[in-house]
Amino acid sequence: MPIPSAPDIRAGRLSAADYARNFADASPPLTQAQALLEAERCLYCYDAPCAIACPTSIDVPSFIKRIADGNLRGSARTILEANPLGGMCARVCPTENLCEAVCVRNTQEGKPVQIGRLQRHAVDALMASPRPQLFSRAAPTGKTVAVVGAGPAGLACAHTLARLGHAVVLYDAQPKAGGLNEYGLASYKTPDNFAQQEIQWLLDIGGITLHQGWRLETTAQLDALRQDHDALFLGMGLQQTHRLGVPGEHLGGVQDAVDFIANLRQTPNLATLPVGRRVVVIGGGMTAVDAAVQSKLLGAQEVHMVYRRGPEGMSASGAEQEWAQTHGVTIHHWLAPEEIVGADGHTREVRFARQALVDGKLQATGETTTLPADMVLKAIGQRLGNPVLAQAGLLLQDGRIATDGRGQTSLDGVWAGGDCRAGGLDLTVEAVEHGKQSAHAIHQHLSA
Amino acid sequence: MANLHTTFAGITSPNPFWLASAPPTDKAYNVNRAFEAGWGGVVWKTLGEAGPPIVNVSGPRYGALLTPDRRMLGFNNIELITDRDLQLNLDEIAQVKRDWPDRAMVVSLMVPCEEQSWKAILPRVADTGADGIELNFGCPHGMSERGMGAAVGQVPEYIEMVTAWCKQYSKLPVIVKLTPNITDIRHPARAAKKGGADAVSLINTISSIMGVDPKTLTMSPSTGGHGSHGGYCGPAVKPIALNMVAQIGQDPLTAGLPISGIGGVGNWRDALDYIALGAGTVQVCTAAMVYGFKIVQEMNDGLSNYMDEMGFASIDDFRGRALPTVTEWRHLNLNHISKAVINQDSCIQCGRCHIACEDTSHQAITAIKDGKRFFEVKEDECVGCNLCVVVCPVPECITLRDLRPGEVDQRTGRTVSANHGDWTAHPNNPGRVAA
Repeated sequence: MPIPSAPDIRAGRLSAADYARNFADASPPLTQAQALLEAERCLYCYDAPCAIACPTSIDVPSFIKRIADGNLRGSARTILEANPLGGMCARVCPTENLCEAVCVRNTQEGKPVQIGRLQRHAVDALMASPRPQLFSRAAPTGKTVAVVGAGPAGLACAHTLARLGHAVVLYDAQPKAGGLNEYGLASYKTPDNFAQQEIQWLLDIGGITLHQGWRLETTAQLDALRQDHDALFLGMGLQQTHRLGVPGEHLGGVQDAVDFIANLRQTPNLATLPVGRRVVVIGGGMTAVDAAVQSKLLGAQEVHMVYRRGPEGMSASGAEQEWAQTHGVTIHHWLAPEEIVGADGHTREVRFARQALVDGKLQATGETTTLPADMVLKAIGQRLGNPVLAQAGLLLQDGRIATDGRGQTSLDGVWAGGDCRAGGLDLTVEAVEHGKQSAHAIHQHLSA
Repeated sequence: MANLHTTFAGITSPNPFWLASAPPTDKAYNVNRAFEAGWGGVVWKTLGEAGPPIVNVSGPRYGALLTPDRRMLGFNNIELITDRDLQLNLDEIAQVKRDWPDRAMVVSLMVPCEEQSWKAILPRVADTGADGIELNFGCPHGMSERGMGAAVGQVPEYIEMVTAWCKQYSKLPVIVKLTPNITDIRHPARAAKKGGADAVSLINTISSIMGVDPKTLTMSPSTGGHGSHGGYCGPAVKPIALNMVAQIGQDPLTAGLPISGIGGVGNWRDALDYIALGAGTVQVCTAAMVYGFKIVQEMNDGLSNYMDEMGFASIDDFRGRALPTVTEWRHLNLNHISKAVINQDSCIQCGRCHIACEDTSHQAITAIKDGKRFFEVKEDECVGCNLCVVVCPVPECITLRDLRPGEVDQRTGRTVSANHGDWTAHPNNPGRVAA
């Protein structure tokens, strides 16, 4: 066995210009001319497949036609009526699996209309306009609703309820609102503080009180929320990460990818952020890709993304995998971590057991392989993990909150949506739809 | 290689592509460049009478109707006739003609509607060695306010009178340029012929306003807050011009009169449309103003290749060939039945055919079949109107199929007849004639 070299984790691997370039907009905004031409490619399909594919049912042909017509405000209204977080979704939606996957231009030209980029164009134009507020509140209903979690689901729920005239108290544990929009996405997907800009726009509708630094820790808190408000929406996301459950997980240099990503997002000067020379990311989802690519962009020399199954099993989309590969990340399949091998309390390498499918089950082949690692980022999924929910009597399903189709939980007057709701796709756009649907269900409940 | 050589009203040119009387033919510098690029002829920008030249605005003279990628569909101008000294123009015309003896040199003229004015200018034009004159009776803006241009072209009696003066005082072939800003193009064409015209050219521009600036709510383009209607040309006007060309070609009183086709010629296909409907030459302005003079090379090459493929040795081999296919509606065969057919292999499932037919026509295209998105023609509803064909974004995906005699039209349940049956003898026509 070769003697591992000393761990090499340090900050300031790059010049200031390189940091700026590496973390600039991953998909730059369309210019006015580009947007017009792209909008013209839209055929304004009948019963458009793209609109059906959108989890929030945005009327895509309509918003694109309005861009072509020079009516950007009307375009943004079409988007934001259906999806109040249309600006963020335009940046982070896996459009290649959703609206753009079914665009009829794929059949004709092998290239869909760039729906996501057009959506961003319209919403950005609204946000930059002198009167970005499109919506006004209905007359006050006198009802108040508590919303737990200021992530995509909670924000969408709060905004929709506020529009309908209800008073909303939005509770969140973090110093900044936004949930995964603020803490969980790669920086280059939403540069220039867009998450906070969008939250400001959402809150500007009025009627939403943001209560920060609040964490759900006791059933008494939950009871109080139910008592003090006319309804409750839970959108707290997933707080805990899965453990690898292999020796060496406690070693220095081993960390959760979500923490790495959150930390990076909150670091004003990236030159102060340490990164390993050789980084191993374990996992096959979007979080793994965001962690791997950003490690590379911070100046890591070698970045390996390692997944225990084959490429088709990865939850990162094809476009995301390609994005990682074109940014210098090496993706390995069929390797499960067996041990993180350290020296002096710090990771030096990771040993993997090669896997194969035997009768549909993953089995070790007996072969092992080792990758040197100054830093190990774990991205094998998250879970709810908050014992208070079950204690309060909420029915769980697969470790998440069980609900009906509109988010109603087993508890009267309590709805849930976003990643904490069972049976979802773990997508921002789906969380928004949950929040929106539940808001309408709550409105109906309160109006009855 | 096909021979593009053309003889038009006695004027020869190496190809049928002439530059129309307009800014591109304003002076020797431009015309020399045009001939170097390969244009077959030019109609020199309209000359006025001797004396102080007219004055143009120093502001926007042009406006346009553009596609989103800024291709020009329509073009509008308020430029007047030449604003240069008459003698300077005549000297340049003479020199250019000497330098380019094989090219057609036609001089456009517009002087007041008085015999003396025409009598004065015609010999001076003849002295340049030009091949012919074109009477600008078409210009709809500016000059028409002064009793010239379209103001003459809208009164057939004036056309006949001025044409006759020109024939009387000049030996040069006279081409009368017609304005489309009239109700029936056949009347001015007949007047030109009666006056002795050797040919007509058409159309001149159509009176037009391009639009309104949404911020200032002033008409656009404007010169310091006011605009004036202009003359409209470019690809959008071609169908209007083609109809007028065909009307003159079919009118027994003007049939056979040489026609120089003008309006929206941007490529060889456009020229083909005019020539097949009877034009001897075509005149171009907008395409040159958008792309420069080199564009004529693509026109010449395209027409030449087409003729080679079709086995045409000269322009005359196909000139006017489509004219007999233009008829009056009442002669169309009502027994002919067409049905749309959607090629499922090239259909991209956009559904435009469905919604167009469903909302605005005959509800003859499905949206769903067996629970799936599927667009198919319902032959029992289809009237063969061609709407789906033109709204489909995929070329050749939807076509019309002609039913054979003996087939049953699913819409009417009737067997398709092999006999011609038109409105003139139709039982529903109160004024029918016996079949």
